[in-house]
Amino acid sequence: MTKNEIDEISGTETTGHDWDGIRELDTPMPRWWLWTFYACILFSLVYVILYPAIPLVNGATKGWLGYSTRIELKNSIDVALDEQKESRLKIENASLAEIKADPTLLSFAQAGGRAAFKVNCIQCHGSGAEGSKGNPNLNDDDWLWGGSLETIHQTILHGIRYEQDDDTRLSQMPAFGTDELLTPAEIDAVADYVISLSKAETPPGGEGADLFAANCASCHGENGGGNPEMGAPALNDQIWLYGGSKETVVESITKSRRAVMPAWAARLDAATIKQLAIYVHGLGGGQ
Amino acid sequence: MFSHKIIEKNSTLLLVLSLLVVTIGGIIEIVPTFYLENTIEKVKGMRPYSPLELMGHNIYKREGCNLCHSQMIRPFRDEVERYGHYSLAAESMYDHPFVWGSKRTGPDLARVGGRYSDEWHREHLKDPRSVVPESIMPGYPFLKAPLKVHDIAAHLRANQRLGVPYTEEQIEAAAVDMVSQADPDSDGAEDVVSRYPKAQVRDFDGDPTTLTEMDALIAYLQMLGTLVDFSTYSVEENSR
Repeated sequence: MTKNEIDEISGTETTGHDWDGIRELDTPMPRWWLWTFYACILFSLVYVILYPAIPLVNGATKGWLGYSTRIELKNSIDVALDEQKESRLKIENASLAEIKADPTLLSFAQAGGRAAFKVNCIQCHGSGAEGSKGNPNLNDDDWLWGGSLETIHQTILHGIRYEQDDDTRLSQMPAFGTDELLTPAEIDAVADYVISLSKAETPPGGEGADLFAANCASCHGENGGGNPEMGAPALNDQIWLYGGSKETVVESITKSRRAVMPAWAARLDAATIKQLAIYVHGLGGGQ
Repeated sequence: MFSHKIIEKNSTLLLVLSLLVVTIGGIIEIVPTFYLENTIEKVKGMRPYSPLELMGHNIYKREGCNLCHSQMIRPFRDEVERYGHYSLAAESMYDHPFVWGSKRTGPDLARVGGRYSDEWHREHLKDPRSVVPESIMPGYPFLKAPLKVHDIAAHLRANQRLGVPYTEEQIEAAAVDMVSQADPDSDGAEDVVSRYPKAQVRDFDGDPTTLTEMDALIAYLQMLGTLVDFSTYSVEENSR
């Protein structure tokens, strides 16, 4: 190649092109850029040899390291589980009462339960377990299906009215209005009676009381104290799952509610569910 | 001697050679996914969507759910601990197009099925903040509109042409199956489950009188991630 002219001012070679006296500088690539470029080429060669890369007829090349994201993931989970193995095994084998009696196990279970609660439960029960309309508050001592360790554990395992689980908790309050078991006027009277119960006023007698005794007392109790065996909420307190206004109570009696909680037995392992039971029990209202 | 000058000065040659380079890249990246047998895992349990689920899937796309929710649990420990088993290629093999998404403004939904009750989904879709106060998701109260589909069989047929193995029987019964899945008391309810194993048959939207878009979307959401039988899945056989 013929040597091109050197530009006087910059000292850089020109391309040799000339348009009406305008010449073009042929500035070379910066050296750092060039070397980075070569280093990248070198890196890619090494990468292709070490890691799975080139697709062939039956599969991609495996690479010298035999790396697999899925195997790597399995190993990292195994390592994490292994670190907790001893404690998790103890939790799995101990009864809930034993876990609660052992301070070390208890704190391990509560920490694990708190983590699992944040991942799986807060979407319905709230980030502070405060609940929302239709989703019970877990901080209080009002329990629909019982607040002992065992009953909480059972609820988490099998859910409530979760039809894919055969052992799920079942109870169905009749839809007194929709199924025409009571007339709107009767429902109105019962609603008034239920609201008076919750305010601990001397319950008025009359139609509402009679209807309550005939239709509601078998599950909710004569005095509206509820029955956790059947998931019948207590009606003689100020804690309402759907709200305590007349309108809401009438709606509950008319249509019934039948809320569903999913079962977690198929989704979480036994130790995690026990940890959750311990954590929820410890939130404030455990019996 | 070879020189860039020859290529640079000959635009047709430059065009032909650039095309050649791009083609090689394309062939190496795209073609193997079609012939490699291990691209899609062989798993038990995957089936084409039931007609109602398919409509839910369409509503999911219509409303752009995939713009804020991914359906792709990556094989990392933090994701697996939060969302469940990582997604398999097999789980989206009947999606046309797939809805993996690429941004998580909201959580991943690949395994949302069975995680919440239908009622939670109803309340949450109507007014997300009524159940999750921190949520920034918009409400979709208009999903209570009746599900208007006069050509559900054609939807199945179109998917069949794209390679989804719908049988003629399934296509013929599509209209009936779509209605039956949301009505457990109907005559066709059992047929839905026999044609689409693991299909959940119930009134999803709490309104037994009308088949709504809410029915379809919740049926779809409650199915997501529940089909594959992971008890027969081996990590070693499916290492990637």
